[in-house]
Amino acid sequence: MPADSDLDSRPALSRRSFLTNTAIAGGATAVGLKTRVVYADDIKNNDDGLIADDTLPKVQLTVNGQKRTLAVEPRTTLVEALRDTLGLTGTKIGCNHGQCGACTVLLDGRSVNACLVLALSIDGSDVTTVEGLSDPVGNLHPMQSAFAEHDAFQCGYCTPGQILSAISCIEEGHASTSDEIREYMSGNLCRCGAYPNIVAAIESVRDAKVEG
Amino acid sequence: MKNFSYIQPTTLDDALRATDTSEQFDILAGGTTMVDLLKLDAIAPERIIDISRIASLEGYTFDDENLRFGALARMSDVGDDKTLAQICPALTESLWKAASSQLRHAARLGGNILQRTRCPYFRETHYACNKRNPGSGCAALDGGDTGLHAILGGSEQCVAMYPGDWAQALIAFDAVVTVVSSKGTRLIEFADLHVPPGDTPDIETTLKEGEIVTQISVPVSAAMKGSHYLKARERESYAFASASAAVGVLEDGGVITEARIALGGVASIPWRAREAEEYLEGVRLDEASAFETGRIAFSEANPLEGSAYKIKLGASVVAGALLTAQKRARQEG
Repeated sequence: MPADSDLDSRPALSRRSFLTNTAIAGGATAVGLKTRVVYADDIKNNDDGLIADDTLPKVQLTVNGQKRTLAVEPRTTLVEALRDTLGLTGTKIGCNHGQCGACTVLLDGRSVNACLVLALSIDGSDVTTVEGLSDPVGNLHPMQSAFAEHDAFQCGYCTPGQILSAISCIEEGHASTSDEIREYMSGNLCRCGAYPNIVAAIESVRDAKVEG
Repeated sequence: MKNFSYIQPTTLDDALRATDTSEQFDILAGGTTMVDLLKLDAIAPERIIDISRIASLEGYTFDDENLRFGALARMSDVGDDKTLAQICPALTESLWKAASSQLRHAARLGGNILQRTRCPYFRETHYACNKRNPGSGCAALDGGDTGLHAILGGSEQCVAMYPGDWAQALIAFDAVVTVVSSKGTRLIEFADLHVPPGDTPDIETTLKEGEIVTQISVPVSAAMKGSHYLKARERESYAFASASAAVGVLEDGGVITEARIALGGVASIPWRAREAEEYLEGVRLDEASAFETGRIAFSEANPLEGSAYKIKLGASVVAGALLTAQKRARQEG
């Protein structure tokens, strides 16, 4: 049984047999997108008890410029897919409930908490993590350099998330004053209390951009 | 998190078809509340219908009569909209002061108005909670920490607080919600969308099984220009309201001719303070009458030990919001 079913092509099974004869409206194909249907009981375990990957639905993401196809459970979050499936452990898990910002990544250019995004829900999207910020020869992104120059971290655990939010802060034009920066960055907690230096790093990138 | 069937329709028709099921389901939009609650096992639907890819629900438009917001418009886009900030500052301020930038990027307006309570005893499954598990009791009323609980609209079964911000601006300005189901389309006055807990705290809205919020519409009114959302919280940013107020005023001849006052962070549902509005209409708004209006807004409050501070704080927030709104109402242009 393929992991992706059609809403209208299921064999008759008791608890959802009513779905089998319903037709899908043409609108779904009009925009080139198709309704995805994954039934929980289509996902099977192998004899060893582990999930059979070929029964999992697939999601295609462009991660740091590279197209990646992943097999995920419906309940897999984006941060789990990045860290556990793709091995991109730069994105951290802090609270795992959207409260601390350690897992911040850019999703189609917007900063989001990767711990609150279901990987399956963002098929076809573009994801940028801290691993994707430096250029191909390894030169740091200006925001990474600024964090180093301004000593904007101590333990460093929140730093990947801070840097991605900081990039988003400037991109969206919300870095005009230190108060505005603090407000925009309030979803990224720093247990070490490096906040003044984080604000200074963001201001320096903003000012270099204006002068440049 | 328990596993679930997952359906991501790309049209509203497909979404409605997916609601025709014997599986117990929830509708997912931005996921910022629902994925959180799934991880806590505070909710455990058998099926998730993820409507976030239904492009027809993403937009928002303004004309002279109505401000219309698609259910999938993002909190960040609408909160940042400069045209809307000119028309009705309370509508953008209440979005901008909600959550964090990351959450606002992901969260959608339709999901935001249906945000679940932050009551810690609802969220943690090892506590009794009549909302999550009807008949099990209420750990908050059983000697719990009640600093974040409702002092208006609670019951002996439940004192959970409605935590949202935008909803206060919506109820203050008479928003209307469009909902669609396989049976057709219906309009619900925003003030009729949420229901107080009473004896059935598990029932939070008047939405029927299978209904999906598609649009939120706010009629343009004269008091929008003089509007403000003031939010008091335990830290400067990124915290739920200890007390908040969305207000709008219109003045003529030195007295208030129209007052709109809604309270956040203090009630079980989005809360319109109608008695306070009635007091203020026909009155000259100054510091004394602003505080008296705030006092009246909380005259029916029924606090617990931990939430008693909200009465004085809430009255002051109402007063402060009114005085700022008055300044805006008097500005030229």
